[in-house]
Amino acid sequence: MQKTSNPQELAEIAKKIRRHIIEMIGEAKSGHPGGSLSAVEILVTLYWDVMRHDPANPKWPARDRFILSKGHAAPVLYAVMAECGYCPVDELKTLRKMGSIYQGHPDVRFLPSLEASTGSLGQGLSLALGMGSAFKLDGLDSRAYVMLGDGESQEGQIWEAAMYGGYHKVDNVCAIVDYNKIQLDGFVKDILDVAPLADKWRAFGWHTIVIDGHDLLQVKAAFVEAAATKGKPTCIVANTIKGKGVSFMENNPKWHGVAPSPQEVELALKELV
Amino acid sequence: MSVATKYELKLGAATREAFGRALAEVARENPNIVGCDADLSKSTMMTYFAKEFPARFFECGIAEANMVAVGAGLAMAGKIPFVSSFSCFVMNKGFEQLRTDVAYPGANVKVVGTHSGISIGEDGPSQMSIEDLALAGALPGFTVISPADEVATKAAVKWAAAHFGGVFIRTGRAKVPVIYSADAKIEIGKANQLLPGTDVTLVAHGMMVAESIRAAEALDSEGISARVLDLHTIKPLDEEALAQAARETGALVVAEEHLVDCGLGVRVAQAIARHAPVPMEFIGLETYAESGTPEGVPIKYGLTSAHIVAAAKKAIARKTK
Repeated sequence: MQKTSNPQELAEIAKKIRRHIIEMIGEAKSGHPGGSLSAVEILVTLYWDVMRHDPANPKWPARDRFILSKGHAAPVLYAVMAECGYCPVDELKTLRKMGSIYQGHPDVRFLPSLEASTGSLGQGLSLALGMGSAFKLDGLDSRAYVMLGDGESQEGQIWEAAMYGGYHKVDNVCAIVDYNKIQLDGFVKDILDVAPLADKWRAFGWHTIVIDGHDLLQVKAAFVEAAATKGKPTCIVANTIKGKGVSFMENNPKWHGVAPSPQEVELALKELV
Repeated sequence: MSVATKYELKLGAATREAFGRALAEVARENPNIVGCDADLSKSTMMTYFAKEFPARFFECGIAEANMVAVGAGLAMAGKIPFVSSFSCFVMNKGFEQLRTDVAYPGANVKVVGTHSGISIGEDGPSQMSIEDLALAGALPGFTVISPADEVATKAAVKWAAAHFGGVFIRTGRAKVPVIYSADAKIEIGKANQLLPGTDVTLVAHGMMVAESIRAAEALDSEGISARVLDLHTIKPLDEEALAQAARETGALVVAEEHLVDCGLGVRVAQAIARHAPVPMEFIGLETYAESGTPEGVPIKYGLTSAHIVAAAKKAIARKTK
């Protein structure tokens, strides 16, 4: 794959990923568009610019790892991995179908180049901390990245893991919270508010950076800062917009877990050119 | 030959103590072995490992869900984690992580539960683990082992360290009678016939193995010949040994320090129903126990050789021939 740091090129890739997300979920007739669209710039920056990885050698021991703890955003991860060359682009439309490598939530049994099977919320941060600890034992300078949801941050295990990572100074782990403010039943602030999120992470001993998760320059700068931070793990609180890029999906809780109709797919794709 | 001459049943080490010693031993041979504990290493006896290999020991604090998943992450990056706490805590609080992060993706994590069953005594039911085998048995791909003594525990730990895949080893707090000599052959997945017999088969795991030997001894004095099988491996089950025992003795009793509804007994019944249906009786717990001495609580809750003897007679009486 051709990596790039060029924001224009990354923006073009991001648009392509968004088109895949809409088409995949539309075809599947179920899935989670809102939280997939909110995470696009972060995943594109990680896979095209920040992470050390090689799609031709997916089990390279010295690779960086990415775990999508909010596993329901599987479409964004599948689209990114496919465009990187890990898995076929033309099979993206088999999302959620029987036997597909693109299962409803990430499943390493069907797609072994995934780093973890996720979907039951709250667990990816602990996995990343275990991986980061193993890298240190092995003297590897690999890093483990893990994306969490804001709704997911209501899970108690997230805070067990946050306490562990901060106390044990697992500084090769970087968590990113896709802070899109919406969960299935409505706005996070109306369900069980997680604010003040950055203050919580700081209190748990994490170097915490607050960014606009759709600003490619801010996203890149945050990852550079995270990698340079020693003695503390980093949490990037990325303010994002659920459904970003599709006007009728943006900031609307309806689009957490509903697939667009064929007409809505058409409308959305018109906005993503 | 009287059965009493073969097994002295002298009190030996607790199986958790045997686990602690064995873990340190296998860790000396394999640098990829790491340990995770939840503020109980002095009780689980992982402390021996922790002291000898501090860099490979991950103290997770009182946060079992995170501990299990950190263990899974370590395994995904090539380590061989032994994750330990009291059985009731690691299995109940860590079960979802065992399901999603270990069993489902097939991660190479070893779980060692200590203070299992009700023989922990004084601490009472909140610390007692009477459903751990049901939970561990519900993890596809897992090997589930409940060793009876020190030698069997060591064999289980060595096997687990060398085997790729999820393993649950169930150990206890109290000292238990010695069943095996140091050179005994214990093969994971294979039942050990401890005593031959023709009238009934007593199947047990963990501390109930010694009680089954005592029961066989008592039955022998009444002219009843009881076979004793140590079914240390709960999963996968040695169906062949069970079917053979059913065919040759015509009646079975399963005795265990676990809820009777969902432990070894139901698994054995499933195998027997498939291969060689015979009358069966079950010794186990119906509900939560209470505080008391490690010796006294099992007596009050029906886990003694006398209970096994009565069940054996009942099973034999139900034979149709």
